[in-house]
Amino acid sequence: MYPAASVILFTTASGVGYGILALAPLLVAYGILPDEDRWLGGALMLPALGLVTVGLLSSTFHLGHPERAWRALSQWKSSWLSREGVMAILSYPPALAYTYAWVFLGSVDGPWVWAGFATVLTAFGTLFTTGMIYRSLKPVPAWATDWTVTGYLTLGPLTGLAVIIAIASGFGLHPVRFQAVTIVFVLAAAIAKNAYWARLQAAWDDHAQNAGAAIASPGNTVRSIEWPHTEANYVLKEMGYGVARKHAEKLRRITRNLLLVAPAIVFCLLPSLLPLPYLIWAVIPGAVLTLAGVAIERWLFFAEAKHVVSLYYGVE
Amino acid sequence: MTCLPDKTTRKLGLVIDLDTCVGCQACVTNCKEWNTGGHMAPLTDTNPYGAEADGVWFNRVHSYEVTTPEGSSRSLHFPRSCLHCEDAACVAVCPTGASYKRTSDGIVLVDEDKCIGCKLCSWACPYGAREYDVFEGVMKKCTLCVDRIYNENLDQEDRVPACVLTCPTGARHYGDLNDPQSDVSRLVRKRGGRDLMPEMGYKPTNKYLPQREKTNVASSVNQSPALAPLDDTSGASGLLGWVDRMLERMD
Repeated sequence: MYPAASVILFTTASGVGYGILALAPLLVAYGILPDEDRWLGGALMLPALGLVTVGLLSSTFHLGHPERAWRALSQWKSSWLSREGVMAILSYPPALAYTYAWVFLGSVDGPWVWAGFATVLTAFGTLFTTGMIYRSLKPVPAWATDWTVTGYLTLGPLTGLAVIIAIASGFGLHPVRFQAVTIVFVLAAAIAKNAYWARLQAAWDDHAQNAGAAIASPGNTVRSIEWPHTEANYVLKEMGYGVARKHAEKLRRITRNLLLVAPAIVFCLLPSLLPLPYLIWAVIPGAVLTLAGVAIERWLFFAEAKHVVSLYYGVE
Repeated sequence: MTCLPDKTTRKLGLVIDLDTCVGCQACVTNCKEWNTGGHMAPLTDTNPYGAEADGVWFNRVHSYEVTTPEGSSRSLHFPRSCLHCEDAACVAVCPTGASYKRTSDGIVLVDEDKCIGCKLCSWACPYGAREYDVFEGVMKKCTLCVDRIYNENLDQEDRVPACVLTCPTGARHYGDLNDPQSDVSRLVRKRGGRDLMPEMGYKPTNKYLPQREKTNVASSVNQSPALAPLDDTSGASGLLGWVDRMLERMD
């Protein structure tokens, strides 16, 4: 599948943003983040809101008619893309209310707890609906698995957490307080991504076996001898992308190292060993590495996924 | 709405005979010709007379070599277009309501005034039937020539899709696949018409008739008499034979 730059930017940026929105109220509720620090609240919630907004806007860049984007909110009964749009809009009121309470009132107690609860729900809900868009596409066997959704639900919070820790350490909070929650999300993301990769090839082979049966009678082998067109057409440009597949194994290794190993070392191991002043010099690059990792993972997610229409063109 | 109808009154579609299709591309050409002025007009082209020509087409014909387990092989021409599926995921995934499936006849269409050009429908189609128009910024697809089949300005016999009308070998058939007594339904029963990629679960309306079994495969393929080499003159007789023998003797 062709990895549109705007889609990679969208899922990376909004993943971080919704990750922060999904976790910050929970971390406050469990006393890991202090809600009396208004500046910290602003430093976390405003970038998060900015990132989800940039992500939403950039997702309209690749549309043929961005001015009609509002129509995409109408078909939530059948379309996961529409549901994603609705969830993304629904996440704004509680997130804005929670941000207001944290930044201007310096307290998220009382009724504001419910705004925090709604922020967490809608943020996870948006990540879930994003994953479901891809999960529901049967012609892309790599994506048609629950591990796709699990990937979105774990990578968003993991990258959000990396940014939360980097920012919080600048406000004098020792990263060791985030150690337990980071271990949970690094492990969950590692399971989700490795399980996703483990079935990817077999899922494709299941369909590729049917290539002959799709065109000729079952049991016969089929070799493409002439395409319908001499130059690449829309279908091939959009769904026949092959650049990353050549280097898939190397790119998976890079992704594992940046997205899973780096946060494990920087956010789970180092906080037990180093005092805060030194740690700041580790957690900020650590967050940058994690974000670079998720951007490569996003690219690979598209580039590595083959569409069954390529079977008609003789792709194996 | 992009919710699919539980059932449609009629199921209009195509039955394509892979045994008769010769891959002449006439259906492709007439499809483009009609539809570039029809319901989804225009079917735009990028750089049509230069390098890397590209453009919107609703119908594409592939050619394959098919080999049976016994080792005999032959060519197969395979027209690929929208199958107007019963369970059309391209409609269900559409976020705007631009894609819809008609309850009256099951035809899948795009409302170009609502389409935002997100391309998700083309990802949801396993058959590559939808093509994006880069100039208009909307998705386009086969309409089953909805502007022909109901067109009262045309003679009755011309009220069929352009691809069916033009096929010189009669490999394309059009009709109501919901009616068990229709010509197309009978043809599907008689010839064992098949769904394309049934494992996808899209329940396509269009059916493909498989190639007929070859008779006497062994003699026609494995023991086909090789042509005599063109430069073998041993059988030459008469004047030419004499000339041949004389020239052979010269140094």
